[in-house]
Amino acid sequence: MKNVKILGSGCKRCMDTAEMARSTAERLGITITLEKVTDYAQIASFGIAATPGVVVDGKVVHAGGLPRVEDMEKWLVDA
Amino acid sequence: MSLSAPAPRRDLPSVLLLAGLVVALVLWWLVYGQLQGAARWLVAVLPVANGSHMQEALQFFFYDVPKVLMLLVLVVFAMGVVRSFFSPVKTRSLLSGRREGLGNILAAGLGVFTPFCSCSAVPLFVGFVSAGVPLGVTFSFLIAAPMVNEVALGLLLVLVGWRVALTYLAFGLALAIVAGWIIGRLHLEHWLEDWVRQVRAAPADLAPEEMTLHQRLQAGATAVKDIVGRVWLWIILGIAVGALIHGFVPADLLAAILGRGAWWSVPVAVSLGVPMYSNAAGIIPVVEALLGKGAALGTVLAFMMSVIALSLPELIILRKVLSLRLIAVFVGVVASGIIAVGFLFNALFT
Repeated sequence: MKNVKILGSGCKRCMDTAEMARSTAERLGITITLEKVTDYAQIASFGIAATPGVVVDGKVVHAGGLPRVEDMEKWLVDA
Repeated sequence: MSLSAPAPRRDLPSVLLLAGLVVALVLWWLVYGQLQGAARWLVAVLPVANGSHMQEALQFFFYDVPKVLMLLVLVVFAMGVVRSFFSPVKTRSLLSGRREGLGNILAAGLGVFTPFCSCSAVPLFVGFVSAGVPLGVTFSFLIAAPMVNEVALGLLLVLVGWRVALTYLAFGLALAIVAGWIIGRLHLEHWLEDWVRQVRAAPADLAPEEMTLHQRLQAGATAVKDIVGRVWLWIILGIAVGALIHGFVPADLLAAILGRGAWWSVPVAVSLGVPMYSNAAGIIPVVEALLGKGAALGTVLAFMMSVIALSLPELIILRKVLSLRLIAVFVGVVASGIIAVGFLFNALFT
């Protein structure tokens, strides 16, 4: 089971990203655990400089801006 | 459980994309040319007295709303494409370990092009500082990014003129460079919140994205949807205020308050502008109307800069990483800089 973390302080785009991860996983029939990281110190510890960030199984795959759906699919399938 | 593979990306050939872009630009130009006539026609049809204040206000409103929106779409699209070549991560690696001086100049310049949203200000700030970007250099970036942006410059260029737009660009950058440099010289690192100084993260290792032309144009379209979707209401509000000023505020009253004769108007405009928050897109129609009524350029631009560069919501967000004292220094340095720019403008443009 994949662990997906969405890094972001709760801005609109961060919530959209979390929602995208959830709906994409559901559509592809993949079970994931979705975690929202909103604490600034924790977000910073991933070494990103822009939010929302996406972390799949401990690896940062995206930082800054709403990701593309195709990319989200790719991360969930083979990351 | 079925697992459908991700759809392969279909990119249109570049030739087709460029042709489409040219067609769209020509259409844009044709429509844009008709706006003034259309506004005049619309106002003539409406039941308002010829030559009345109301008519002038409506004329301003109906001409400016579509004009500003169309310009905004064009500018934001172009800038969205340009910005797809930049990212905060790239900017950070360009800035980390830079010495002050050159670092401040680079940071202010990159601030214009790096995608930035104020909700991202804290992660960006911490991300920069923890990766070894000097504090003053980080501030140069943080000052330039919201203030000198494509929306402000594009609208100034078309609504007010290229000389003013260019001067705004030059003084905006100079302000970001000098203010950041001063903050750096003061060595205030110990005024950061404790947790910020403890974060020492290795920069995330993200594969650099190679984008096709198709994807870059898509980035432009996304920027339009995102930014225009967010600011259109501000623009209409700003134009409505501008229209009221244009139609109803007597020129001699405004000139007395905001004119070049009143030296105190610059600091007053700045202290009014700091707590206010508006998007650049909302404030420029007001700027246009004020200038048309004889307000002094320096005073109006100082007001505009203080509204855009310093805002209460942003300061509240930054409070999470900066101590109150550091915020006070930040506001003090930037506000003084804006006041200086205002006086300088008033002296230069007579």
